[in-house]
Amino acid sequence: MIAARENSKQVQRQAAMAALAHSDGGEIAGRLAAIALPAYENLREPENGLVMVRGRIGGDGAPFNLGEATVSRAAVRLATGEVGFGYTLGRDGQKARLIALCDALLQSNEFADTVEATVLTPLRAAMLSRGNQKAAEAAATRVDFYTLVRGEG
Amino acid sequence: MYVAVKGGERAIENAHRLLAHERRGDRDVPEVTLAQISEQLSLGVDRVMTEGSLYDRELAALAIKQARGDMIEAIFLIRAFRATLPRFGATEPVDTGQMQVRRRISSTFKDIPGGQILGPTFDYTHRLLDPQLADGFLPEPPATSDTSPVAMPRVTDILGRDGLIEASPRADAVLPVGDLTREPLSFPADRDLRLQNLARADEGFLLALGYSSQRGYGRSHPFAGEIRLGEVEVEFMAEDAGFAVPLGSITLTECQMVNQFKGSATEAPCFTRGYGLAFGQSERKTMSMALVDRSLRARELGEEIIAPAQDEEFVMSHSDNVQATGFVEHLKLPHYVDFQSELGLLRKLRNEFSEAADASSPMQEAAE
Repeated sequence: MIAARENSKQVQRQAAMAALAHSDGGEIAGRLAAIALPAYENLREPENGLVMVRGRIGGDGAPFNLGEATVSRAAVRLATGEVGFGYTLGRDGQKARLIALCDALLQSNEFADTVEATVLTPLRAAMLSRGNQKAAEAAATRVDFYTLVRGEG
Repeated sequence: MYVAVKGGERAIENAHRLLAHERRGDRDVPEVTLAQISEQLSLGVDRVMTEGSLYDRELAALAIKQARGDMIEAIFLIRAFRATLPRFGATEPVDTGQMQVRRRISSTFKDIPGGQILGPTFDYTHRLLDPQLADGFLPEPPATSDTSPVAMPRVTDILGRDGLIEASPRADAVLPVGDLTREPLSFPADRDLRLQNLARADEGFLLALGYSSQRGYGRSHPFAGEIRLGEVEVEFMAEDAGFAVPLGSITLTECQMVNQFKGSATEAPCFTRGYGLAFGQSERKTMSMALVDRSLRARELGEEIIAPAQDEEFVMSHSDNVQATGFVEHLKLPHYVDFQSELGLLRKLRNEFSEAADASSPMQEAAE
């Protein structure tokens, strides 16, 4: 029961991290500015590094190393003890720190709902809208085959 | 004679200053921005990311600008940069089956689930220069149409259900994933290492090798089973967080080549596969990569190795354009001492030759 609740909390944090990683750092900062934030400290100063991106042979087989990508990471701790982690592609350390802050806030009973409503809901909507636009543009280039001559008779 | 060479510092400094000036070009022409390069020369950026082996659009754009558009120089700059950052680890393998597809075509099946989606392609353009682009052209916004969330299985997955195509090799729980950035190449090389090598290989080199395999240098009867372009999510197992954290998405191109295989004593005839994967929109690269990947499986499939594209040592040792350019271009650096010794040797040989000629000439005359 406790394990299930822990797991659902983790899924929620992962979903939030995905929406944040897909958003612009400035946009996250702008949303967070609307919240009276609690005190926190940097547990890990923003740091840039690399991850080796892996693919799979044939798309679904054994893994292989495709090439690296730049990543920024950070960790923060709220005065109330919640620890948040931030990871994002790219070299925007400030964005990584803001993701970590959101992750910590989401674990706090006091702030979780506010962050969800003020930060994540609009970011998710924007992300969905961008995705839908791209999908609609791609869909317009889908080929409709038709038969020119029917082999009748 | 040994000559110690020193000097040239001022010449080098001034040469670099001149380079910076030439790079900027006519100062009455506005300077190009990184965003302009990234947005408007995006396929060049994709190539530099792929062969530089580093996914970072902004850095690739900077490299292209610094290199004055010389792609191999830009790739060199990116490779040098990646050595300056620590590596946090490896991502979870990306799932191209879950790709947010922007282009997806198959030359083997007309009616594939999810359809043929042309996306942003040069295919079917007339390849006529467009004078409209010369200045201030504003394109129409793209057409849109209704989307329904349909699954887009890889074509090879569909063929695989009937056993008509070989399965992809399964992960070995014991063997670590080969990494040529950590250990020097050794042969024979496994397919994971070969694919890593091909992924960062020079596009022109792979294109020529793939082409040679089509023209008969090594057996190859390929169909482009599927080419897809789009965004995939990247996840990283973060030790500190204790779970796989999403990092965002990257753009990838994937090519699945489907090739003939006549079967063996133990295996029924079936289609075999060549695989290509690259950062960004890199279609020619992934197609060439998939052709060469399949050719390099000759040993595994018991095919006779008769052509360059099948020779893994030849291909993998010469595919990296940073290594290749380093060795070719080092020839222009001072070789004064090497050349002096060659010169000395040549003079000695020529003296010996003429002495021998002088000594034998009276006898020749006598013989006549």
